[in-house]
This record gives sequence, structure tokens and C-alpha cells, in this order.
Amino acid sequence: MTSDAATNSQENLDLELIEIQLLTEGIFRHYGFDFRDYSLPSLRRRIWKRIYSEGLTTVSGLLEKVLHDPSSMERLLLDLSINTTAMFRDPTFYLAFRTKIIPMLRTYPFVRIWHAGCSTGEEVYSMAILLQEEGLYDRCRIYATDINEAVLQKAKAGIFPLATMQENTSNYMAGGGKGTFSDYYTARYDYAIFRPSLRENVVFAQHNLVTDASFNHFNVIFCRNVLIYFNNELQDRVQKLFLESLEMFGILGLGKKESIRFTVVADNYGELDAEEKIYRRVR
Amino acid sequence: MRSPELIVIGCSLGGMEALKKILDDIPDDFQIPIAIAQHRHKASDDGLPAFLRRVSRLCVVDVDDKLRIAPNCVYLAPADYHLLVERGMFHLSTDDRVAFSRPSIDVLFESAADAYGQALVGVVLTGANADGANGARQVKARGGFVVVQDPLTAEAPAMPEAAIRAARVDRILPLDRIGPFLVELARNPVSAVTPK
Repeated sequence: MTSDAATNSQENLDLELIEIQLLTEGIFRHYGFDFRDYSLPSLRRRIWKRIYSEGLTTVSGLLEKVLHDPSSMERLLLDLSINTTAMFRDPTFYLAFRTKIIPMLRTYPFVRIWHAGCSTGEEVYSMAILLQEEGLYDRCRIYATDINEAVLQKAKAGIFPLATMQENTSNYMAGGGKGTFSDYYTARYDYAIFRPSLRENVVFAQHNLVTDASFNHFNVIFCRNVLIYFNNELQDRVQKLFLESLEMFGILGLGKKESIRFTVVADNYGELDAEEKIYRRVR
Repeated sequence: MRSPELIVIGCSLGGMEALKKILDDIPDDFQIPIAIAQHRHKASDDGLPAFLRRVSRLCVVDVDDKLRIAPNCVYLAPADYHLLVERGMFHLSTDDRVAFSRPSIDVLFESAADAYGQALVGVVLTGANADGANGARQVKARGGFVVVQDPLTAEAPAMPEAAIRAARVDRILPLDRIGPFLVELARNPVSAVTPK
């Protein structure tokens, strides 16, 4: 490649960065959704996916469209805010939770759990199943929150594609499941409808980790594979929010490849399971 | 070509043996960080990093989100996550599979191309699908350098063939020449990339 072409390429990249900043700024000021501190490489991929789907060719083109056409903003919002998940995702996390955390929770009269960024709810139902099997569910209350109202509606319904149940079943077993996974749902057409008793003690609510404050004190906070979409500054802010919201000696469970050691609250936690990223607040 | 600051490698079927050969040729004072997307099962445990630790003289890391990129290290895309690059730092995502894969080679190469431009070297190795072809094209579009394993020396030729079709690649090398070429590239980038 000639150096001229390479210079053009760098200028295009610099220009695209300006456009992405204008897009997120415009969305924030017009719609109130704040993606300004999202992780740039993932944000860029998701934005370009929407640009192609809308038949556009530039980030600026998408900015114009979302500002003047709220329905295209709704589509972009889904692209930017839905995180893929699965029941008992990373089964070894659930196994570690069963063997290391459940014995601690048994000593509590009441357990408040915050599942932050629960998306379509698969992991909320997973934890409810685990707590039922361990005989702890009746003294737990799970607050399951997400920025996106549309995915919360799906989470509340507890209806998931039947096609995913084979994978879910093997995850359930690998995660230390003590019963028969199919006992937890009824198959109807192409869907699995989960037992309503699993959400008896679950409160689903909209909460924006970027802009909303703490709303309670918890014994356990789960936030798995959500913070990867934020940049360092935003991760620090959200980790401070979790610290404020977590009781002393409370449990924080992150995604398998999310580490607390790169954040400002690293010294506030001790490791309960280094591999599974399960931490305990110690100061 | 500027002095390379990051090398990205993509491989799939047959990748373990190919990586073994390449890493075996790379000395412990090799400065340029290497990031690898090898297709692996979502439940794959420490097998791959442990294997690479045995064959490489460099430090081998299964990447955690927001890990800073340092010299003398081989970084591995973790199972069931995409590995993305910003200048000096790794990011992970659980977004949908790309080219049926997570980790996807395209995702690693495209993000690295955007972050490192002319200072990036992409290496596409053996594999039975077309992941990496779009990535190789993006590396070239951003002014980077692309090396592809000669399909004749690949356990599965489909992936290097797809990359060769998709992009104007700079070098097509037999497997046993790739490691020495990367070493030469680190020592003397200008003469290494001069067409012979």
C-alpha cells in the first residue's frame, strides 16, 4: 500500500471516530441513552452492523436517521443494548456458586440479590433454579434489572426457544444440577415455558447502570458479561455503584473473563474463586 | 510498512500444530505482542493455553477484558468470547458468532486493523472455513501487512485459500517459513517486507 493511501486510511479512521462521538452525543442529548463511554471496538462493530441493515454507508448517515426517525433509534437501541446470554452460561461458575457461596448464604436469614444487566433473563432463571434446589429460594429476593424494557418483558415471560434447551440441559448438568432440567419447563410448540414459581421472588425492573443510582443494599450482586461493553472509566463508575450497593462481606459475581483487578475498587474485594471471578467485599 | 507493533494470528482446524511450529521458531526476546484467535469449543478449559505455554518461550495469556497489551507476550482469545483490540488494550464481547465462530478471526483482525493500521501484521493459518478472509481484507485496507500460510502446507486449506481470494496478501509462505519471517520482520521490518 502506498503511503498516500495509508494516510487516507488514517484520516478516514480519525473522521469515523469523530462521527461515532457525534452519534453517541446526539443520541444522549435527544433520547437520553448514554453510550458515550461504551467500549469503542464493540460499539464500532454494532454501529456498522446497524448502518448496513439500514442501507446506509456512513456513521453520519445513521446519526441523521436516528435523530429524525425514532423507529430506527429503537432498532439501534436493540443492537447496542442486547447482550447475548444462555441458561447456566459458564456452568463452572454455577458449580462454584453452589459449592462455595451457597454454604455462606445458608447462614443468612434473608438474601437480597441484584442481577444487573439481566438481558432476556436466562441467567436469572438459572439462579432461581439453583436456589430452589438448594432450598434457599424462599428466603431470597432477586432484583433483575436491565436498561432495555423490551428484553425485560421477555425476561418476565420466561419463555425461551425450545431449540436452546439441549444446550441449556447440558449446561445445567455441568453446573451441578440436582434434578431433571425438563421438570422446570413445559414445552409448547417451539418454546419452553418456565415454571412461574421460579419468578415468584423475582422483581424485574428497568435500571440504567450508566445513569441511575443505587436503589438498595444487597448481599449478592451478579453482573456477568455486561461490563465488557463499557470502557475503563465507565467500568470504574459502575463498580463504585456496585460497591455502594453491596453489604460488607457481600458477594460480587462477574463474567468468567471480567477481572476486578483492572478497576478502582480492586482493593475493596477479596477473591473467593479467582477462576470464576467470584469476589467478596472486604472493605 | 511501519515497524510492526502487533501481530494477529487466526487459525482453526489444524491450528494447534501450526501454532506449535511457529511459536517454536520465536525466541524469548521477541518484542512484538502476538494475539491469537484459534477456534475452540465454548467449554474448552485451560488445554489450549497450557499447550501453548509448553511450546512457546514467551508468556502465554488467556485474555481477560481490558487487559493491557505488553511486549514478549502471546495473547489468546478466550473460549466463547470475541477478542477485540483497541490501541494498547484488549476488549472482549459475547456478541453473536461471526462466520459461525466465537472467537472469530474476522472480529480480531478487523478491530486490530482499525486500532493499529500500518503497524499491524495479520497471519492466516490452516482452517476449514472462511473466517479471517474479511479480516485480512480489512488489515490490507488499513495499510497493514498480511501473511498467509501456503495452502499446500495447511492441514485444512480452505481458510488460507479464502484469505488469498479476499485480499491482496503480501506473503504466501510454507508453515516452516512463517516463524523465521516474523522474527526477521521484528529485527528489520524494511528489508523483510521488500519484495524479493
